[in-house]
Amino acid sequence: MIKRLLIILTLTAIAFGFYPLAWGVEDARQLSPLAAGYVENSVEELGTSNVVTAIVVSYRGLDTLGEVTVLFAAAAGVTLLMTSGNPERRKKRAASRGKDGKDGKDGKDGSEGGSDKARRQGSELLAAGAAFLFPIIWLFGIYIFIHGHLTPGGGFQGGVVIASAVLLIIFADCRQELGHTVLQLAEALSGAAYVGVGLLGLWMAAGFLDPRFLAAGEFGELFSAGAIPIIYSLIGIKVGAELTGIVDSLRRCS
Amino acid sequence: MINSILFVVLALLALSSAITAVLAKNLVTSILAAGFVSLLASVIYLLLSAPDVAMTEAAIGSGLSTIIFFYVLNKVRRSGRHD
Repeated sequence: MIKRLLIILTLTAIAFGFYPLAWGVEDARQLSPLAAGYVENSVEELGTSNVVTAIVVSYRGLDTLGEVTVLFAAAAGVTLLMTSGNPERRKKRAASRGKDGKDGKDGKDGSEGGSDKARRQGSELLAAGAAFLFPIIWLFGIYIFIHGHLTPGGGFQGGVVIASAVLLIIFADCRQELGHTVLQLAEALSGAAYVGVGLLGLWMAAGFLDPRFLAAGEFGELFSAGAIPIIYSLIGIKVGAELTGIVDSLRRCS
Repeated sequence: MINSILFVVLALLALSSAITAVLAKNLVTSILAAGFVSLLASVIYLLLSAPDVAMTEAAIGSGLSTIIFFYVLNKVRRSGRHD
């Protein structure tokens, strides 16, 4: 009874605390001074037609670096927890997995593998559809992060789209092996290159992650807005590799 | 006007689906309802003219994280059976 009363009291307090926020909401008729500054100056200073990208990559570039770092920590944690680090054991498990798939008995996971055998393999339709869609989705993801400075979207969105293409392949055939070396290399190199580009900005332009050390180019062109397309592409590759790694370490076939 | 009516309808749908996610007995229903909240939220972001956020929410919130929840649910159930 007292517990319920406490819950009701807490809820009331929260509602009361946030009431001014809901009460004071009104449609903004004009931009706040900060937003107006971004909107007015970003085109001139950075040459991006997508103002959001100008803010995310350049004005608040350090925050984006922090976000990428948080995502990296999360991906590393998931991989650490989900894959038993010993490569020998993993190899053995993969081998037993393969054997399990062929004859469907013995092996360590044989007893539980039997009941799920029916859905281990994706259907013919799914396999054909995944093979057909994979390059298209992959290309779309790359398109999203390369055009981040021109159209909505960017590195994070494009990276997730790429990871979902890989997810489709894994759905179609769970035992599909991914190139872990390629994934790790892509992830590490793009992360290092991101910081490297930031340092180039520090030495050749106004500050860390300043994209203006490259020429701004013509407004609205693909190769414009300084280093912003490069930075967003690196973020896209990094996010795509990390999320692919998470999906890969979470899957379980047998 | 139509925009704000649509907004209210979507918000109410999102709220009810969030409550479903909390109260549902079946975990699969909960996961699907949580994904649906994200999907509705991404439409709301689009209505509020924030396509960048809408894309992120649709791709991560309703796409990838729903799948990851299903994977984790699968794993948890399996390890529960072992004990």
